[in-house]
Amino acid sequence: MIEVKKIVKKFGKLLTLDEVCLQLNKGECIALIGPNGCGKTTLIKSILGMVLPEQGEIFFNHKTIKKDFTYREKIGYMPQIGRYPQHITIGQVIQMIKGIRNSDAEMDEELFNKYQINKILDKRMGTLSGGTTQKVSATLAFLFNPDVLILDEPTAGLDPLSAEILKEKIISEKEKGKLILITSHLLSELDDLVTQLIFMQEGKIIFHKNVELLKAETGENKISKAITTFLKKTIN
Amino acid sequence: MLVLYTLLIALLSWTSFNLEDNSSKGLLTLLNVILLTVPLVSVLFSTIYIYNSSEFIELMLSQPVPRKTIWFSLFSGLSVSLVFSFLLGAGIPLLIYAETEKATMMILIGILITLIFVSIAFLSSILFRDKAKGIGMSVLLWLYFAFLFDGIVLFLMFQFSDYPIEKIMVAITALSPVDLSRIMMLMQLDISAMMGYTGAIFKDFFGTGFGLLLTFLLLVAWIVFPFTFSLFKFNHKDL
Repeated sequence: MIEVKKIVKKFGKLLTLDEVCLQLNKGECIALIGPNGCGKTTLIKSILGMVLPEQGEIFFNHKTIKKDFTYREKIGYMPQIGRYPQHITIGQVIQMIKGIRNSDAEMDEELFNKYQINKILDKRMGTLSGGTTQKVSATLAFLFNPDVLILDEPTAGLDPLSAEILKEKIISEKEKGKLILITSHLLSELDDLVTQLIFMQEGKIIFHKNVELLKAETGENKISKAITTFLKKTIN
Repeated sequence: MLVLYTLLIALLSWTSFNLEDNSSKGLLTLLNVILLTVPLVSVLFSTIYIYNSSEFIELMLSQPVPRKTIWFSLFSGLSVSLVFSFLLGAGIPLLIYAETEKATMMILIGILITLIFVSIAFLSSILFRDKAKGIGMSVLLWLYFAFLFDGIVLFLMFQFSDYPIEKIMVAITALSPVDLSRIMMLMQLDISAMMGYTGAIFKDFFGTGFGLLLTFLLLVAWIVFPFTFSLFKFNHKDL
């Protein structure tokens, strides 16, 4: 569904993405993890066309994304820190995005309802707390029923109840056969969600493995332990 | 903010006409006032607006919208509001006090100058990530076009006054949209006689239909080039 072919991205002298190659398929819930500054957000932004790599290509459903923008209709993005114009209300933001998307498909209002967004439609974006802004971002990401969901640190900043609502939503979307890409530092949260793991370091993919396989190979039950054991094995 | 701008322009226009006995003098005063304030407000307001819209731009970039559309719609929004304010503030007194031909030229100039400096604002904002530097650049460019350029031209004129530099002078004016518009208007006002020999040369070139057309095209170029370059930069920017 998404193929990343040897992309290279440099910010000044810093090599952020070093010939990254990936194949991401439908029906998978993939966790993208790695130490701070390893290139996770840059990789995601490259897929979204917000960052333009110097070399390499990215394909969405076998079509190159260069100079294309329509493929983003199929992607729902939830940024780590949602940036919205401060003076408009939640209702206006949602209307604006609806207008841009112009989608005939049925809207997925589950998060909208579960987060009770309809009660705060009149609040200005500038007055919202960080967590509430995240809820708006989550609602928007899922609203148009996209085939692909890209979630950057989705549960960071959400209260435990809201985080649980989001996790359940992710699981139900996964079961519908969608591709979900999540970056997160909270490995424990990912335990019930993910089917594949990508570990990055210094702009390179260290491994891309199926979670069950990884657990079996390392004999560990928890993802965090499995990763550390696997890394220790590969280093030695 | 825009309301204040409209009121300011309106105030300046009405006083320009009421302070002078005849409408020609009023027009001249107004010309100089417009060539000073419209660029400043257009470039400053636009630069600040673009920087303040960075969050909106980020939001739009993750949507299925081409970058070109985002940049263009920002430009149109700003241009339309600023031009409208100008028309409301200066257009009405102009049409009341001055002859239609001259008023139309002045209005046209106001619109062109607004668009040119909005375009320049887009260029400043895309070239500098830092808001303070971008605003500084815009103000600097305004100072350059409003004052420095004329100072440099006058200096050169004096230095080379012994040489036949008139044709070059005409060419140099192309480098400043403010001067181009000023000359375009002055030709209309028919006071080029006051400018002496240089005036005659200018009249020879700019007074003709061909000269006028060329001037107009140059002013349009001043709108198109900065904006197109800023669009190119925006299309290749990482966000």
